Amino acid sequence: MTGMQLIFLIAAAVVVSSAFMSVTSRRMIHAALWFVLALLGVAVIYALLEVSFFAVVQVLVYVGAIAILIIFATMLTRRALEDHGKQFNRATLMTLVIVSVIFAGLVFSLRSWPQLQSMTAPLSADQLDVGVLGLALTAPDGFALPFEVTSILLLAALIGSIYVAYERKEKKK
Amino acid sequence: MIPLYWYLLLAALLFCIGLFGVITRKNAVGILISIELMLNAANINLLAFWRYLYSDTGDLRGQVFVIIIFVVAAAEAAVGLAMIISAYRQKQTVVANEIDSMKG
Amino acid sequence: MNFIYDPVPWVINWLTQLLLSWGLSENFVTTLLYLIGAVLICLGAMLFTTMLIWAERKIGGRFQDRLGPNRVGPWGIFQSIADMLKIFTKEYINPVGIDKIPFNLAPVLAVAAVLAVWAVIPFSQTVFGSNINVGILYIIAIGGLGEMAIILAGFGSNNKYALLGAFRAVAQLISYEVPMVIVLLIPVMFSGSMGLNEIVQAQTIPFIVYAPVACIIFFICSIAENGRAPFDLLEADSELVAGYNIEYSGLKFGMFFVADFLHAFTSAIVFTTIFLGGWQGPGVEQIPVLGGAYMLIKTLLVYFLMLAIRFTVPRFRIDQMMALNWKILTPLALVTVVVTALVDKAIPHEMTVIRIGALLVVNLIIWLLADRMITIYRKRNPVQVVTGKLRPLARPEFLSVAEKETAQ
Repeated sequence: MTGMQLIFLIAAAVVVSSAFMSVTSRRMIHAALWFVLALLGVAVIYALLEVSFFAVVQVLVYVGAIAILIIFATMLTRRALEDHGKQFNRATLMTLVIVSVIFAGLVFSLRSWPQLQSMTAPLSADQLDVGVLGLALTAPDGFALPFEVTSILLLAALIGSIYVAYERKEKKK
Repeated sequence: MIPLYWYLLLAALLFCIGLFGVITRKNAVGILISIELMLNAANINLLAFWRYLYSDTGDLRGQVFVIIIFVVAAAEAAVGLAMIISAYRQKQTVVANEIDSMKG
Repeated sequence: MNFIYDPVPWVINWLTQLLLSWGLSENFVTTLLYLIGAVLICLGAMLFTTMLIWAERKIGGRFQDRLGPNRVGPWGIFQSIADMLKIFTKEYINPVGIDKIPFNLAPVLAVAAVLAVWAVIPFSQTVFGSNINVGILYIIAIGGLGEMAIILAGFGSNNKYALLGAFRAVAQLISYEVPMVIVLLIPVMFSGSMGLNEIVQAQTIPFIVYAPVACIIFFICSIAENGRAPFDLLEADSELVAGYNIEYSGLKFGMFFVADFLHAFTSAIVFTTIFLGGWQGPGVEQIPVLGGAYMLIKTLLVYFLMLAIRFTVPRFRIDQMMALNWKILTPLALVTVVVTALVDKAIPHEMTVIRIGALLVVNLIIWLLADRMITIYRKRNPVQVVTGKLRPLARPEFLSVAEKETAQ
């Protein structure tokens, strides 16, 4: 087993176990912290795939912004009587069965695909450079239009969320 | 060294765990965390396919799709959490079942 | 390669030959050498922190018209060792009701987040940890991990003050990341790459000459990211008793302390690398060791500047801090980036003097405009002076006639 395979197995184990702990924790703050660990594991997986830009952006955007936002929201929506009552509702067992069926279906539908065992093609360093991505995103016959549309979407979402979450002083009783 | 299907299996497993979380979680913030896990699984899938099949052709559609998913996930997390905080202020609860004033 | 001119690659080469001759495989040797390098950098950084703490206390004492520590050893240089011994031997107090894993993980993550930055910094032309081509983004992402450490500390201690302190600290840190990231686009634009090696190699003339306003904004944001004065609202005793590290004692607090000082020095090194030219200087091509010396001198100058600001300027209030960031620094950063990009595109790269002249003029115009706008705004909305009624001085001439007669 080579070093890269070992690192992949460790990272995959970390990701799957933290994701599982994240969806089954009773306390919300524990779920959020396990989620952060899962995101860091996914960043390691991106680094293994040699897309270093996405590994760094994953830590920067997901861990540094989205996870902190989720932790802030957990703190702002806490109640004194947290963790009261059963954690899982009636649908848990049924969901487990359905999710297992979906996973088995995904696995079996992949088995007949011929390119399953493919390995990576060796790439030169400047093909994996982040400048290539930058050129593609800003070229007019490249992906400049989706890039601009996505930026406007993000701007609209942020302005909307600030407006929705703003505490209007005159309407409070 | 690492065959492609290892990444695909990991992505499928992460997606199913996220799906399980979305359906069974009571807390609205917990549902949002599970949705983010599913988006991460889709990202792993896209990047693995790009790297193994398209990286030597100069076709960058996989990477651009992943960037758009990053941006959309961030926007959706912001909007979702703003709505959860706003609903908490009105109804003092974050349990998804209890926000049911529009229930027929 | 000569040992005197270029010691570190010579040692690496010698070790590689030695380990290969013992029959180990090449991958293993490379990994082992990386591990040894990482351990040496971490040890060096942490041991250097003791000298930094001593320097800070001495220089701070001189700024405040007193001697610093001067008992333990000549000029007090062993004071840090005495402090270290005290912190090592203190008892770990774990309060009731803490979350064990976040509580114990937070100091470790705080120090790790700072040490991880040292992996991408080029110390000379041939001595660097690793040359990833997204080095600048890596540095900012590691700052995000540092914020995670603060949140872990705040939530792990079973203490409302720690929680509030942690949230204020994280709010300050993520706010000041925004102008920092925007301004970091300017060196990336000038050097054409995000990797730190390429940025240093493109600085035959340091970038502080090309973009002084960007430099100032980056410096202010670095100080704010550290949590040093004047932005040290988070640990001010009169505000929130010691902030998010209230419940820590012994070496765990020592780790936060070390992380704070090491973060200041790391910010100085990053500033030197990006804006002051890193290891560039006269005679570096023949003697690469001089690069390390130039880097050290420049970094210590920047660190001295940070210390000078720390001991001179009073502390900000939280609303003043947020107003500074969102109302002044962020628009200034955006305008600077856009204008610099336009000017840089308009003038071809060969005409260096004209380019520098145009950029300096544009920066000066931006600075003067910003200054004008702030002055006009301040004239229209003067700051409300928050005091009570003015009380008269207790002097005999202000006493009324009746009291004078009873006093006599």
